[in-house]
Amino acid sequence: MMAELIRNRMAASALAFIILMLVFAAFAPAIAPYNPTEIDTKNILTAPSKAHIFGTDTLGRDIFSRIVYGSRISLSIGFIAVGIAVLIGIFFGSVAGYYGGRIDSIMMRFVDIMLCFPTFFLILAVIAVLEPSIFNIMVVIGATGWMGVARLIRAEILTLKEREYVMASKVMGARPAWMIVRHLIPNAIGPVLVSATLGVGGAILVESALSFLGIGVQPPTPSWGNMLMDGKSTLGVAWWHTVFPGLFILFTVLAYNLLGEALRDFLEPRLRR
Amino acid sequence: MMDGTILKVRDLKTHFQTDRGVVKAVDGVDFDVRTGETFGIVGESGSGKTLTALSILKLVAPPGRIVSGSVVFKSEDLLLLDAERLRKIRGSKISMVFQEPASAFNPVFTIGYQIIEAVMAHQAVKMSKARDLAMEFLKRARIADPAKAYHDYPHQLSGGAKQRAMIAMALVNSPELLILDEPTTALDVTIQSQILDLLDEIRERERLSTLFISHDFGVIARMCDRVAVMRKGLIVESGDKAQILNDPKEEYTVSLLESVKALA
Repeated sequence: MMAELIRNRMAASALAFIILMLVFAAFAPAIAPYNPTEIDTKNILTAPSKAHIFGTDTLGRDIFSRIVYGSRISLSIGFIAVGIAVLIGIFFGSVAGYYGGRIDSIMMRFVDIMLCFPTFFLILAVIAVLEPSIFNIMVVIGATGWMGVARLIRAEILTLKEREYVMASKVMGARPAWMIVRHLIPNAIGPVLVSATLGVGGAILVESALSFLGIGVQPPTPSWGNMLMDGKSTLGVAWWHTVFPGLFILFTVLAYNLLGEALRDFLEPRLRR
Repeated sequence: MMDGTILKVRDLKTHFQTDRGVVKAVDGVDFDVRTGETFGIVGESGSGKTLTALSILKLVAPPGRIVSGSVVFKSEDLLLLDAERLRKIRGSKISMVFQEPASAFNPVFTIGYQIIEAVMAHQAVKMSKARDLAMEFLKRARIADPAKAYHDYPHQLSGGAKQRAMIAMALVNSPELLILDEPTTALDVTIQSQILDLLDEIRERERLSTLFISHDFGVIARMCDRVAVMRKGLIVESGDKAQILNDPKEEYTVSLLESVKALA
């Protein structure tokens, strides 16, 4: 009872934080007190104060404003990359699961091959060859992250397609594509929703890591990852430069993970401890 | 009306390839359903009745396979048709009612929606027309409060009401042949007899040809004109209902009939 309350409260705070980040992203110009790319040489590396609540960076830019604008990057990469992954995964998994047999074998072996790549290094290599743009990052994260979804959907559809209502639907003359889209996928979507929520956190982390390595979001566009990179050289004198962006990454990823867990408990009550 | 033959099944064989050899679930079945009649297939569990029905619609799931035979519906052999032609026949010319109304509806959609879906799969009509048709057939299936049932999800209806909705869905495209696979087995006895009344009424009104599958000789005796007795994938005896009930030739039919009498 008590444990459940705490879990729910944690899920509620996670959701609240995610909503706050969405508000940040949506209304960044109204929320940010300064222009995030405006250089102010008189206020370099000032500690958090009333004027700059999270302090300023090496170019005198307001850290809080940069975090607010950075949320746009993080969230759009999180959502769009996961969206791409989910779309590819659902397509692959449902076709393989529904048709079965040889089609299934070939498609799932391809998934196995994809899973053999060390994903992060694949992303590194691709981004190094292509231009490091936000668009490329989203596509690459999405294109390397769909295999889990494909497996989940396939597994669900393998069991769902044996259900009598699927047979009933076939008997009534439903078209195969219609059957997959209307009857199988909606009933299989639960685990995918959980995995997608967890995936958003993962995608944000990958983006941060890429930006930290300098091949992610390019300056002067602020992202939480490239703020970390900017701050690492002054870590000894200006802790706020790295700590605040780091905390936002931490809390955002944590929030998505907690929300994902809560969704899992909600959608699959049988797994609840 | 009673002259033609609507369905002619010849030497139908459906086998399952398993690790432990071939299971001959349907092994050379022949029968005819005449236009306008109700033809019954009776047999114990596992005798291949349901699989025969699914084979007619070419809906046998792997590892099952129709290895030989022909299923001539009017003048076409269904087993030779391509997937799209076959799809157009399923649910419009030939339609089927399943044993378990509880699992034959998708739990995430309303009854009305699923009937509309059946209409839209075969008829190029507007949404509003499809909705009217769905309502019309729910009424014809004598479901209590059709307007409510239309908006209900499957779990909100009783077993009997669900089976009525299933019948409504099976009839909504005005099929010529209706396959009833144990339509009353999952229901309790009073509901069973109401559903049989409904089926009687519909058959009279629509002049439907019906293939009625059941393990229950009582139900078969009430509903059918001619009967085939099935066992281990084969039809052991077939003929007019009166002949099968009063003068069975095969020992198996005799023992099956006696088992019913023993219960009564």
